Amino acid sequence: MAEALAADVAVVGGGPAGIAAAAVAAEAGKRVLLLEENARPGGQIWRHRAGSIPPKARRWIERLARSGAVRVAGAAVHSISGAFVLSGEAAGAPITVSARTLVLATGARERFLPFPGWTLPNVIGIGGAQALLKSGVSFSQRRVVVAGSGPLILPVAASLARGGARVVVAAEQAPRGAVIRFALGLWRHPELVAHAAGYRRSFFRTPYRFGTWALEARGRDRLEEVVLTDGDETWTERGDLLCTGFGLVPSTELARLAGCRIDGEDVGVDERQETSVEGLFCAGEACGIGGVEKALAEGQVAGCAAAGRTPRRSRIADARRGRRHAGAIARAFRLREELRSLPRPDTIVCRCEDVLTAAFSGAGSGREAKLVTRAGMGPCQGRVCGPALRYLFGWESDTVRVPISPVSIGTLAAIDAGAPRKEDE
Amino acid sequence: MNPFPRVPIVVDDRPISAEAGTTVAAALVNAGVSAFRTSLGGSPRGPLCGMGICHECRVTIDGIPHRRSCVIEVAEGMRIETRG
Repeated sequence: MAEALAADVAVVGGGPAGIAAAAVAAEAGKRVLLLEENARPGGQIWRHRAGSIPPKARRWIERLARSGAVRVAGAAVHSISGAFVLSGEAAGAPITVSARTLVLATGARERFLPFPGWTLPNVIGIGGAQALLKSGVSFSQRRVVVAGSGPLILPVAASLARGGARVVVAAEQAPRGAVIRFALGLWRHPELVAHAAGYRRSFFRTPYRFGTWALEARGRDRLEEVVLTDGDETWTERGDLLCTGFGLVPSTELARLAGCRIDGEDVGVDERQETSVEGLFCAGEACGIGGVEKALAEGQVAGCAAAGRTPRRSRIADARRGRRHAGAIARAFRLREELRSLPRPDTIVCRCEDVLTAAFSGAGSGREAKLVTRAGMGPCQGRVCGPALRYLFGWESDTVRVPISPVSIGTLAAIDAGAPRKEDE
Repeated sequence: MNPFPRVPIVVDDRPISAEAGTTVAAALVNAGVSAFRTSLGGSPRGPLCGMGICHECRVTIDGIPHRRSCVIEVAEGMRIETRG
């Protein structure tokens, strides 16, 4: 039997948006449950080891602790039904949570695009490298190529360099003009300009090349070299670590399961962060990739609205400013056409099931491809290949199914106990 | 000075030490491991996303297979097997 919890407001996701939403709702006098996947609060951006918590994160995490919101760590939500019952597991045991209103702050993950050799060990995500650094990895003395897209390249190249890695090149696929326009638009966000300058100083000896991308990663059992191009010239860099990634993709599984409208890749919300489902709010990267300031502003608006209060105008204005920044990121780092033709027929697209690019020829939709090739049916459930297939072939994601992530048999039985059965044993 | 104490763990029958509070993935990378598992098609794989999404870094921990090494912290005496 699952442990049953109840709250006025349930918040899913313990990053900045979820923390802000939970703290504000609890400060408004509501009983709040914050469900989060990790052991420590902070999500990916504030990921840290015990005793090394970043200062801004500390302020919010302390505010959350004072607010009276109850944090359920190590929790995974697998399904959502009605208005609103969540089921999942916490610390390996099944739980259900019922709540009057719900805030989804499920964040984002990295977008990967397949190219020859991208499955070799030591080809890792750009965000992946940051996550590994924050969890204690040392890349000291490694010869690193960074090639991908998005604002994350700067802080990650900086972290790698500060940690003693030799970053030989940081390649951004977006053209120089687009990135310069983006940088000029940052006058509204002076704090971001200061950060960017600081990051760039940390790897000032390394070329930061625009309009440049990786064609291929090569090596026997692990990465040895990377073939790069700027469209005119093609050259090879030796490296024992390639960090690659093409921006972030909102994590919308729960929102889609609940029937929320999705705009493009983002969960659609109004000015109060309410989705198309009444009483269901969304904040942070899940409703548009815009960074930590947007997440904090939206989280505060969502927490306030979910608690039945009227959010402050200034906070709504902050959230709107965050969304404009998100739009600017999307425009500046739009993926170039050439990336669609990187995979060769024998390039793996679905890493879980080792499905090759050639297997997709003839399939007319993501659903058809999944049935024919098993792409997206492995343990990651299409979280890596789904966005890639969407980009490569223009296929929409398949419908979301319960459970949304791998789950123990006991928890599955507990989820199933609520559902009608075909036959009783 | 390193503020983190070290704990003994065993990787593929090799006793090593890892910084307390790091993830299993971090301990393996720092021990020079690049291939964490073998894919269905037989090729070596290592961490990709670093945040529990992609399942590429899964290893066997204390006899339990398919554990995502990037979301589990090391514990004293942990036995880790790669190439599963």
